[in-house]
Parts: sequence; structure tokens; C-alpha cells
Amino acid sequence: MTTEISTRPMHVDTVTQALADPEKSQPWAELGLKQDEYLEIKNILGRRPTSSELAMYSVMWSEHCSYKSSKIYLRQFGEKVTPEMKKHLMVGMGENAGVVDIGEGLAVTFKVESHNHPSYIEPFQGAATGVGGIVRDILTMGARPIAIMDQLRFGAPEHPDTARVVHGVVEGISFYGNCLGLPNIGGETVFDSVYQGNPLVNALSIGSMKHEDIKLAKASNPGDLVILFGARTGADGIGGVSVLASETFDASGPTKRPAVQVGDPFAEKVLIECCLELFHAGVVAGIQDLGGAGISCATSELASNGGKGMRVQLQNVLLRDESLTPEEILMSESQERMCAIVPVGKLKAFVEIVSKWEVEYSVLGDVIDEDRLYINWGDQEIVNVPPRTVAHDGPVYERPVTYPSYQDALNADSSKSLKRAETPAELAEQLLKLISSPNQADKSWITAQYDHYVMGNTALAMPDDSGMVRVSETTGLGVALATDANGKYCYLNPYEGARQALAEAYRNVAVTGAVPRAVTNCLNFGSPENPEVMWQFKEATAGLADACLELGIPVTGGNVSFYNQSGDRAIYPTPVVGVLGVIDNVARRIPSGWQDDGNNIYLLGTSYDELDGSAWAKDLYDHLGGQPPKVDLKKEKQLGDLLHGAAMQGIIESAHDVSDGGLGIAVIESALRFNVGARVWFTEVMERDNIDATAVLFSESQARVIVTVGREDDVKFQALCEARGVPCLRIGVTDKSSDSIEIKDLATFSLNEVREAWRKTLPELFG
Amino acid sequence: MKIGVITYPGTLDDRDAQRAIRLAGGTPVPLWHADSDLKKVDAVVLPGGFSYGDYLRCGAIAAQAPATQEVVKLAAQGLPVLGICNGFQVLVEAHLLPGGLIRNEKQHFICRDQKLRVENNQTAWTNLFDKDQEITIPLKNGEGGYIASKETLKMLEAENRVVFRYLDLNPNGSMSDIAGLTNERGNVLGLMPHPEHAVEPGFGPDTDIAMRSGTDGLKFFESVLKALVNA
Amino acid sequence: MPKIIVEIMPKQDLLDPQGKAVANALSRSGNKNISNVRIGKRIELHFDTEVTDADLENAKALAASFLSNDVIEDVVNVFIEA
Repeated sequence: MTTEISTRPMHVDTVTQALADPEKSQPWAELGLKQDEYLEIKNILGRRPTSSELAMYSVMWSEHCSYKSSKIYLRQFGEKVTPEMKKHLMVGMGENAGVVDIGEGLAVTFKVESHNHPSYIEPFQGAATGVGGIVRDILTMGARPIAIMDQLRFGAPEHPDTARVVHGVVEGISFYGNCLGLPNIGGETVFDSVYQGNPLVNALSIGSMKHEDIKLAKASNPGDLVILFGARTGADGIGGVSVLASETFDASGPTKRPAVQVGDPFAEKVLIECCLELFHAGVVAGIQDLGGAGISCATSELASNGGKGMRVQLQNVLLRDESLTPEEILMSESQERMCAIVPVGKLKAFVEIVSKWEVEYSVLGDVIDEDRLYINWGDQEIVNVPPRTVAHDGPVYERPVTYPSYQDALNADSSKSLKRAETPAELAEQLLKLISSPNQADKSWITAQYDHYVMGNTALAMPDDSGMVRVSETTGLGVALATDANGKYCYLNPYEGARQALAEAYRNVAVTGAVPRAVTNCLNFGSPENPEVMWQFKEATAGLADACLELGIPVTGGNVSFYNQSGDRAIYPTPVVGVLGVIDNVARRIPSGWQDDGNNIYLLGTSYDELDGSAWAKDLYDHLGGQPPKVDLKKEKQLGDLLHGAAMQGIIESAHDVSDGGLGIAVIESALRFNVGARVWFTEVMERDNIDATAVLFSESQARVIVTVGREDDVKFQALCEARGVPCLRIGVTDKSSDSIEIKDLATFSLNEVREAWRKTLPELFG
Repeated sequence: MKIGVITYPGTLDDRDAQRAIRLAGGTPVPLWHADSDLKKVDAVVLPGGFSYGDYLRCGAIAAQAPATQEVVKLAAQGLPVLGICNGFQVLVEAHLLPGGLIRNEKQHFICRDQKLRVENNQTAWTNLFDKDQEITIPLKNGEGGYIASKETLKMLEAENRVVFRYLDLNPNGSMSDIAGLTNERGNVLGLMPHPEHAVEPGFGPDTDIAMRSGTDGLKFFESVLKALVNA
Repeated sequence: MPKIIVEIMPKQDLLDPQGKAVANALSRSGNKNISNVRIGKRIELHFDTEVTDADLENAKALAASFLSNDVIEDVVNVFIEA
């Protein structure tokens, strides 16, 4: 299928031209390349690059695509791994997404990614295309996408610009995710002024498939066809490349090109169904989705992964806009496009299926038995490069690392200096203030805009501690997912903070009864050119890698987002960690709040006076300093194993992890879950663990969970705790007839009043 | 008993409708929008979703599909037809039901467990409910506001054609709190909420007894099987 | 090449939630003398050849039957644009 080249006269920079004028000045700096990188490109090619080649290298060697500042640290995730950890790993890091065996011949693929900067510029489209992008990554592994989650961090709640971003982002995720027919099963929402000019929008997707359905992004068979299909290619996202328009300037002049991508979820839904049909028909030998760097990335990666080459006729690309130059076509980030490698003999079947779904396609070229990527514009050669140098052998930096000048003073500034409440009335007031503060308040204003029913397999969703979906309708086999990060802890101590993120996500999976099995991460940091930020990154990646090794669960893939800073002010280091767990039968899952009457409430774990970095310190006193709560992964594992064992025996009625806000908040959340009251007492905790009233309510000590157990299982449960060495203390009893939460020696809160205070915060801010 | 479920480009809840039919004891038959052959099914479900991306108007393009046109023909002869959410929009655009469906009053998509009152239990899809029974069915939409002329509304009430009414809260500004209505004959039913999401314990709305245990939606599909057996 | 333009507005007496939302936004940003906003659609039908009277009649019929839903919308104009 050859398309007529646009009749508009277009000066195209060719390889022949590059050989003819080697000293031509090129805008490598405007495209984001460093001088030594530009010289390296010349070195690789043995001549100056054509403007198309320059565009390709500039984008593929950018931080976002090449991970050049983070590679040396990310290696740890692949190195600090035991054979035992890799047991269930079917596809590891380096592919579009990791794949984990979950049993019964089934596998799950999952990954979390960022779309931060676009979501500040154009919140709706930024967030929407963030969802679109991660779902395509999952689809391209050969899986049917089955769920999504999102992790959102916004600026100060009352700041006028925050509402603009909140509305756009939530509507964008709602618009795109709902239209794709994917249940949104959970996530996080955090407000902090540190994210004001740099909101974080991370999106996660999970897909399921049979083992034999796994697809990889490689072109390994010479003669196979390279086919671009899906939406037409337009000018989305090529703002930066427009500087090259001056290179191909003609009489009518360059037009203003948009920097954002615009998404069409209907096109992606159709693409999902079409791709799955193509996969099942066995007509596709390799497949890659088009995300950042569009066609440049797809062609170079498919070729490089397969160890072969490609010959591409760029004029065959179906365009929305005939005025696009070859450089713009190569760089376009138009959404909802895939690139398939199709054996010649399967072409007819391929065409039948895409035609049935009314999906457009064009044959761009074929796979060749040479380590070279040739791209032609008509009969003019505009790209002739070794694919590996574009896709995988990009620059690797060892950025300078400096221990922050503020760190010691920050760590010395403990929350112990804060004046604690002295009377029960003051404590009660603080608790009420905290539960109604934006970070602890009800997030339904957001989550009610997401479909969580579609596909009929959602076993757990917000506000429970993890999302859980059934994968096998015959056996009930399912997976649970939780994502967590505490930017404040990481700012105080990036190594410990990263460990804590893993610990919390691990715990959130464990409280549902699932067994944690694999990890994904989205590392959101400031500028890598800031040595103090690089120190944070170095510490955090080490903390996470060490923690994964200790817990025995591997990182399967993830994403890095740098440059989240405005001027000098970087965000807190925010490594979002996602943990995937497996449960034999979702029918055994445990809810996060109690529903039954007269059940005993137990606190598992030990409480310490650890208020540094807590919600109490930050949201009530605007204080951030000291050291984050200690993380003991051995205790977390013991706790997780206990919860799993108890879940399998069916003796736990509810389980909720204690984290942000502390024990008081956790108890209220559990009561509000199904609107069932309780009588609780904390005096025994205070005595046993030697802490005061403020600490018992607001400390954020780790490895703690509150559970409720039916009367008939009390003895069995306590024995189980003792056998496994998990501290267990009875702190209350549920009371269905009561319309209040009574905290002995503190206050009695009317359920309705607490609910109202908790519920109305977000609608009042953003309604 | 065979119950067809039509898939349009952009349809989302087709497999959930098929599951509901199976759980009720029927045999679901997948139907393709471009095919006017309805494979001799005994009833048809137009499921929820965003057919054709809601382009032009919700359900407008799907209403023109060969499969839809065939459904219109057979509905006139008494074929039981259930339109859920987007399916309801298709029925309205295809003029099988009167009125129109517009953007939610509050402008946001909303997903919630919705209380409904069953006001007409004489239709093919509601004969197993009690009159005035209160049920809970998941609702999820952005364009669910039912509107109709004063005359149409008067007629609907007078002829007892309002089948479901929203209770506790009107989530989308629908006139007269209408959540679902039927045609003159009682074989065609359209509603905004999604019964197919309340058919399996563990995956439906929360109830007082247990999380996600609500299955009020199952009776829709059991009713039509009963109606077909008795026909 | 010529086009036929079809302009569609929501029916006068019906609630126009989009229009209402825009009106509120305009009012909030200081445009107090804009009393109401209603939002409709403009559809362009493109032709490769000259447009005939028959084309215009056909367009009017399509406008009434498919391009608009007469329960909730009015076709306010159908005309040829060069």
C-alpha cells in the first residue's frame, strides 16, 4: 500500500545531503541533546545525522525514553534478586510490562507509569492519555486489560490552581478509563503544596492472559511485514520537534504544532478488541504500542529487540494532516496506534480482522537480515542507523551525587518539639480535625466518577486497602493490587522511605488475604541535574531494591519521572510502589471494615512514639522533620503470613492497615466502612508499649493492622498470633446497635457526625 | 432459551450481560451489530457502553445498525428487548421508546449503588418482582437524564409505563425520577441502571448482610425466561 | 468545494446542562451581563462536486431524521456554504 507523497513541495534532508554538507549547523541543543551526545551520534554514523535521524536520537536519548540518569541505579532491581524470587517471573524488566505466573496456566501483566508534566499543562488530556498509554503497554504484552488504578498528588487544596488540575485530571481519567470499559479499583490521592507546580499523575493497569498468549516486542524474522495500525498519525505531542520545521521550511511556512497529545478512548477500545482477535488468530509475530517517540521508538525497538533490521517507507503512514514533515511523522505521539510484525502468509487474515473492526492500517515495510534501520521518504533515504544505538545503547550518565546541605538540620528537627494536646477534649478535636482534613477525608467525590463494576470481576475496590479482581471465573483465582508512597517520609530519609513504601503496599495486599508476589514502581523525583536530588534517587532505589530482596518479591518493571520541580523547588522524592498479590479464590477476600455485631477488635503489631513525618505533625502543625517510622520487614512478613493463614481458615472478618493518620484514623475508617459502631480502648496499648495518648492516636508506626474476629474464632486467632510471634492486643468490640464510636477516656463520636465531617470536605473544595 | 446480546463498536458490558443470562439459566448468544441475522434468539439485550464513542448523540449511530433495525422489526411482533444504559439510549434513538436522554444535570459521570422502586411488574423483564418492591442496582453514566414532553410524561404515567423510579436520590436529573420505562405492549424495557452488575454474590452492591452480596439484578433475566416459557 | 451546513440546537424549553455550566462559568469570571448560554452543533457536509437543490433537500431530510433527534433538538438552519 503506497501512498502518494504530498504534492506540497517539501525539502527533505537526506543521507546523501548529509554526506554532501557535513558541517551544516544543526539545532541539537534546541532538541535537548548535549554537545558530546551530538558528537557521539556523528561518531556512530560516520557523518552528520540527517534532520530525521537527529530528531530520532534526540527523542530516544531523552531522559524519558532512555533512562540515562537512572539506568545505573535501576540495575539493582535486576541484580539484587535470588532465583527463588524469579520463580514466578515470566517476563522481567526491559519489556513493555512484567509478566507474573499466577497459577492454573494463567499470568498477569501489570505496570505503573507517569504522565506528570502533560497533566499540569493540560490536565484532562494529560491524565486521559496517561491512562491510554499504560493500557496499551499492557495490551501489547498479549493481555486483555482488566483493571486500572491511579495515584494522584496535587498541590495545596485551597490554592486556586489546584482545582483546575483536580477537575481536569479526575475527569480525564474518568472519561478515558470508563470509555475503555476498565474498572478503576483503587489508588491514592494526596494534597501537599510541594506538588503545586508539579502535580503527579501516575496510572497503573493490569491485564490477564494464558501463558501461551504472551507477546513480545521483537522483529526477528526477515521478510515479516511491519504494519502500523489504529488511529491516523497527526501532530500530537511534537511541539519540541517543530524547531526542525525551520530545516524543512518552504513557502507556506511551518505551522504551530501542539505539545500535548489528544486521546480518543473509543478508538482504543476498538483497538483492544481488534488486537485480542489478532492475537488469538495467531497472525502477529511481534507487537509494540506507540507511546513516547511514536514511530521512532516502535521501529527502532522492534528491530533492536529482534536483533534484526527494518526497511520502512515513511510516506506509507496514514496521516490526519498531509502537511506533516517526515521529522514530525517520526516524532508524532498521536495516540491509539500499534505496530505489528506480521508474517507475509498471515497478511490476509490480519487484514480481515482489522477490516471487521474498521481499524485502518498501512504496511510500512519489512524486517531485514541486517543490523540497520533504513527509512525512506519516497525514493529518498532519510534515516540509515544501527537500531541498537537508537533504542538501547543510549548515553548512560553517572550524575553527581551530594548529600543535601539541609538534611542534618531536617533530621534533627524532631516532632517532639511540638506541643501535644493535654486534655481528652483537645485530643478528640485533633482527631476530628484530622479525619476531615483533605488527605484523610472521604475520596468518593473522585472515585464515584470511575466505573468499578464493568467486567463483573471486581471483588475489592476503593475504599478497601487493595483493589482485587477475579481472573478465573471457574476457580475464583484472583489478584490484589496496592500502591503506596509517602513523600514526607522519603524526604526525611529516602532509603527508609522507599522501604516503607514497599512495606505499606505489601501490607495492604496482605490484609485482603492475598499473598504478595511482584512489584512495580513509578519513581517521581526532581531534577537529576541537582546532585541533592540524585542523592535522594540513589538512596531510594537502594532502599527499594534491598527491601524487595528482603521480602523476596521482585520488581517486574516500572517507570522513572524526573524533572518534577519548579525553579529550585523539587517535589518530595515520591517513589510509588505497587505490589501485586495472588489469592486462590477471591471469595476468601477480607473487607477493610467491620459489618458484624459483637466481634472483638484486635490490634496486631507494636506501637511506638513515632510522630515525625506524620499527618498529625504536617496537617495540624505544618511540621516536617526528624526521622520516619522504623521499618522492620521481618515483622511485615510475619504479619502478612499470619493474615494469609487466617484468611484461608476464614477466621478474620475484617482487616485494615494502620498507616496515614495513625490508629485513631484507622479505627474510624473501619467503622465508617459499613457504618457500624464500636467501643474501643487504647489504655492497654499505651501501657504495654509505653506511649502517651497522642502517640497512641496519631503515631504512624509500621507493621500494624486492626482486625475483627468472630467470637467463635477468638481462641483460634489468638493462638495463631502467638504461634507466629505477632503481638496481638484486644482493643475493642463492634456494636451494630450503636450509632457511635466510643473511644474510652477520650470521646464518643456520633457516626453520623463523623461521617458528615469526613464526607463533605472534598465536595466543598471541588464540588 | 436463547437470549441475544448485541455488540457494537464501543460496547462495554456485553460479556457481563452474557454472564447474567447464563446465571439466570438461559443461553447467551453473542450478536454482531453489522449482521441482521439475530440467530433466532428468543429475546435480545442491548448492553451498556459507549457505542461509537457516543458520537453525534449517544446511541444514535448504533440505532442505524442492521442488527438494531432487525430488533425494531421483531419487537413489533412481541420479541422481549432489554436496553441497559447505552442500550436504553439506542432504544430511544430507534424510537422503540419515547423521550430522550441527555447529559447528567451535575455534569459528572457517576457510579453508585442506586435504590429503585419497581412500579410495573407486568413487563416481560419484571414479572418476578413485587409491585413497589425496592431494589438496589448499580448505576454508572454521564448521560442518563431522561427527558420527555409534558404530554409524553402524562401518557407514561397514565398508562403505567414507568417501570422503575429513582429513590433516595435522583442521580442525573431525570424528569419525574424516571429510571426505566416500557413500551405499550410491555415487551421492550429500557433503563439506565445496570442489572447485569447485581447478579453474582461477591461482585454486586454492598448489602447490610455482607459486602458486594446484592443480586437484585438477577430477577430481570429470570423474569424473561419465565415469560418465554409461559408464552 | 462547497458544503452544506446543518445547525442544530437543543429544544428551547429543555434543560441544557452544558449551556448552564458555561453560563455559570462566564458569570463567575465577571461576565454578568450574559444572561444565558445555549450550546448546539454545527455539522458540515462536504461535497466533491457542485451542490444541487436535490442535495439540499436530502440534507434537510437527513438533518431531521438522523443528524438530529427531534425529541430533544431542533434543526435551526440548513444552507449551502461556498
